[in-house]
Amino acid sequence: MYVYRPHDKQLLNERVAQFRDQTRRFLDGQLSNDEFLPLRLQNGLYIQRYAPMLRVSVPYGMLSSTQLRMLGRIAREWDKGYAHVSTRQNIQYNWPDLEDVPDILAALAEVEMHAIQTSGNCIRNVTTDEFAGINAAEIEDPRPWCEIIRQWATFNPEFAYLPRKFKIAVNAVPDADPALIGVHDIGVQIVHRGGETGFQVLAGGGLGRTPMVGEVIGDFVPWPHLLSYLEAILRVYNKYGNRDNKYKARIKILVKALGAEKFRALTEAEFAELKDGPMTLTAEEVDVMRGHFSEPAYDPSLTNRPAALEQALASNKAFNRWFHTNVTAHRQPGYAAVTLTLKKTGRAPGDLTDEEFDAVADLADQFSFAEARTTHQQNIVLGDVRQDQLFPLWEKLDALGFATPNLKLLTDMIACPGGDFCSLANAKSIPIAEAIQRHFDDMDYLHDLGPIDVNISGCMNACGHHHIGHIGILGVDKKGREYYQITLGGRGDKVSKIGEKLGPSFDADQVVPVIARLVDLYVEQRKPGELFIDTYERLGIEPFKERAYATDH
Amino acid sequence: MPQIIKDGAIVEDRWQWLDAEALAAQQALPEGAVIVPLAYWQAHRDSLKARGDVAVCLEPGEEPVALADDLADLPMVAIHFPAFKDGRGYSYARELRTRYGFKGEIRALGDVLRDQLFYLQRVGFNAFVIRADRDIHDALNGLKDFSVTYQGDVHDPRPIYRRH
Ligand code: HEM
Ligand code: SF4
Repeated sequence: MYVYRPHDKQLLNERVAQFRDQTRRFLDGQLSNDEFLPLRLQNGLYIQRYAPMLRVSVPYGMLSSTQLRMLGRIAREWDKGYAHVSTRQNIQYNWPDLEDVPDILAALAEVEMHAIQTSGNCIRNVTTDEFAGINAAEIEDPRPWCEIIRQWATFNPEFAYLPRKFKIAVNAVPDADPALIGVHDIGVQIVHRGGETGFQVLAGGGLGRTPMVGEVIGDFVPWPHLLSYLEAILRVYNKYGNRDNKYKARIKILVKALGAEKFRALTEAEFAELKDGPMTLTAEEVDVMRGHFSEPAYDPSLTNRPAALEQALASNKAFNRWFHTNVTAHRQPGYAAVTLTLKKTGRAPGDLTDEEFDAVADLADQFSFAEARTTHQQNIVLGDVRQDQLFPLWEKLDALGFATPNLKLLTDMIACPGGDFCSLANAKSIPIAEAIQRHFDDMDYLHDLGPIDVNISGCMNACGHHHIGHIGILGVDKKGREYYQITLGGRGDKVSKIGEKLGPSFDADQVVPVIARLVDLYVEQRKPGELFIDTYERLGIEPFKERAYATDH
Repeated sequence: MPQIIKDGAIVEDRWQWLDAEALAAQQALPEGAVIVPLAYWQAHRDSLKARGDVAVCLEPGEEPVALADDLADLPMVAIHFPAFKDGRGYSYARELRTRYGFKGEIRALGDVLRDQLFYLQRVGFNAFVIRADRDIHDALNGLKDFSVTYQGDVHDPRPIYRRH
C-alpha cells in the first residue's frame, strides 16, 4: 500500500495546523457559520442531528493494522465506542465534539490518515474495487492510478469550490463494475488496446435525487494523458456547472443538459491545450507509483486447495458454507480474500466497535500481511490470507461474530445512517435493516435465495445506493409520517442500472412483508440457476407489482 | 489610501473599482486608476485603452476569452467573487495565466477571505482586496498555510514527483 514519504506527512501536519486555527477562529466568532461551513466540510465535518459527523478518508479502501487500531482508539476516546464503514469506503464517526476534531485529525495524521476532501464541493476520495491488486479478473492493479489521481486532486487549487461534490472511481476489471464507475461523476475504466494501457473515461453518472448512468466521454485516453483529461473535464464542469440550484449542480445535470456530444467537444478543446503539457505522466513516474503497491511477500511454493483446507471443508459444515460465501478467489495461488460482513442483527450495517477495530487489526497482522480493506458494501476484507490458514481464521472470526456466511445475500444490506443520525433524513433506515435481518434469519433459506442486493437510503440523497439495489428501499416523508418506496431491478454489479419504482410507498411495518412477497414470487418463478435479478429482468416489473400490492386490494 | 495584499505584502492601493451600478451613477468615468465592468470596457474599448490606467473586472460567467485581444493593453484583470463559494474565478485566473500568458496583475475582488488565499495565489491571483470587515494582517497568513503541494500550479507546473 502507499506509504507516506516525508512531504506527505508534512502536508498532513500543515493541514492539521490550518484546521486547528480555523476551528479556533470559528469558536472565537471570527469566522461566520457560512464561512466555516465549506472549510469544515472539506475536512469531512458535517453538523448532524445530535453532533458533528466526521468522515475519515480511506483512499481506495486500503487500511493498515496500525490505522485500524487508531480508528478504534478514536472511537474509544472521542466517540461512543463505534464507527461506521460508508458506501464510499470511508469511516464515519457520529459523535465527536467540534472542539476535539483538531486533536482527532492530529491523531489520524500520526498514522498517515486524514479527512481531507471527504465532503464539500470538491473532489472526494477516489474509490475502486475492494479486491484491487488481488482480483484475477483485473487487467492491472488500479491502485497506482488511484494514487496518482488522489495526489492530483488533493488540495487542487482550481477545483476546491466546484458547483457540487465530485466523486471519481476507477475500475480495472473488464465486463464487471465492482467500483460502480457507472454511477460516479467520473468513472475511469482501465483498458488495454493494442498493447497500450489507456482509459475509457465516463462522466455524468451519479445517484442522489436524479440518478443517472455516466456517458462515455473519452473512449480511449492513452495513459500519459490521464490527468490532463481529468483536468479538462473538471475545468469544463467548474466553468459551466449550475451554481444557482444545488439540486441541479452535479456534473450529471450538465452532461445531460449539453448532451454527451457537446460536453465531449468542450472537454476535447480543453484537453487539446493541456495534452503533452506538464501534466503528462512519464513511464518512470508511473513505475515509481506502481512500486508503492508491490505485492506482499507471498510464499511462491503454495498451491490452491491445500490439504488442510480440503480437510476442514470436508469435516466442518459451517466452515464449508462460509468458505463458499465469504471467501473470494485470489490471483496468487494458495491465497484467498476473506470478507467480514459487518451486518450483525441489531447493529447498524457497517458499524464496528473500538474493540472490533483492534480485533480486526490483530487478525490482519496474523493472517493478511497487516492490511485490510473497506468495501462499498460496508464490509471489511482481509485480502491476502493463506488458504491453509482459512480454517483457523474462520474460528477466530466466528468467535468474534464476523463469520456470518451472508456475503452478497439478502441480509448483506447497504444502509445509510438515516433518521437515527442524519438531519436530512425523511425516514429511518437502520430499524428497517434490522427488521429485514430479523425476518430473514434462516441461513438455509438465504443461501437458497442466492445473491440479492438490498440497499436502503433514508432520503433521496441516496447515500445507501437504493437506486442500484436489486431491491431498493427509499425513505419518504408524507405529511410527517415515514413511508418507504421500493424500487426493483437496479444493479451496480456488472452494469449500472437504475431501479424502477414498484408503486405507492409502504408503511414501515409493511416493508418486510412486501419484500417477503417479492422474494416468494422469485422463488416460484425462477428457472434453475437464475438469480433474483435475472428473474426480474426476464419477467419485468408487472408480476412483482401485482404480488407486492396483492393484499392491499 | 485603502490597503490590499499584493505580491505577498500589504500595500497602499490607488485603484477604484466601479461596478455597473456605481458606473451608472457617475456622469463620466473618474480620473485615476479605475476598474470597470466587461460590458463597459467592450463599449468604450478604444478610448479606455488609450488611458492606460483602466482595468476590467470579470464577473462569474464572463470568461477570459472575452478579453483575449485586449490583454496586451490591460495592466490588470480583476475577477469578482460575489460569494467565495463560486469557484469559476479560479479557472478564469488559471486560463489568463496559462492559456493567454497574461503577465499583468490578477486581482481578486468581493468575498475575498483568508482561507481561500492559498488556492487563489496558486491559480494566478497576485492581488487581493480583502473583504472590508476582515483584518488584512490576519488574512496575509492565509498565503502561507502550506509548504507542500502535490500538483503543479501557475508558478511551477511540475507535480511534486518531478520537482527534484
Ligand atoms: C449522515 C450524514 C450524511 C449527510 C448529511 C449526507 C449528505 C448527502 C447528500 C446531500 C447527498 C446527495 C448529493 C447530491 O445529490 O448531489 C449524498 C449522497 C451520497 N452520500 Fe451521503 N450523507 C451522509 C452520510 C453518508 C453515509 C453514511 C454514506 C455511506 C454509507 C454516504 C454516501 C453517499 C453516497 C454514496 C451518495 C450518493 C452519491 C451520488 O449522488 O452520486 N453519505 N449524501
Ligand atoms: S440518504 Fe439521506 S438520510 Fe441517508 S445518510 Fe444520506 S442524506 Fe442522510
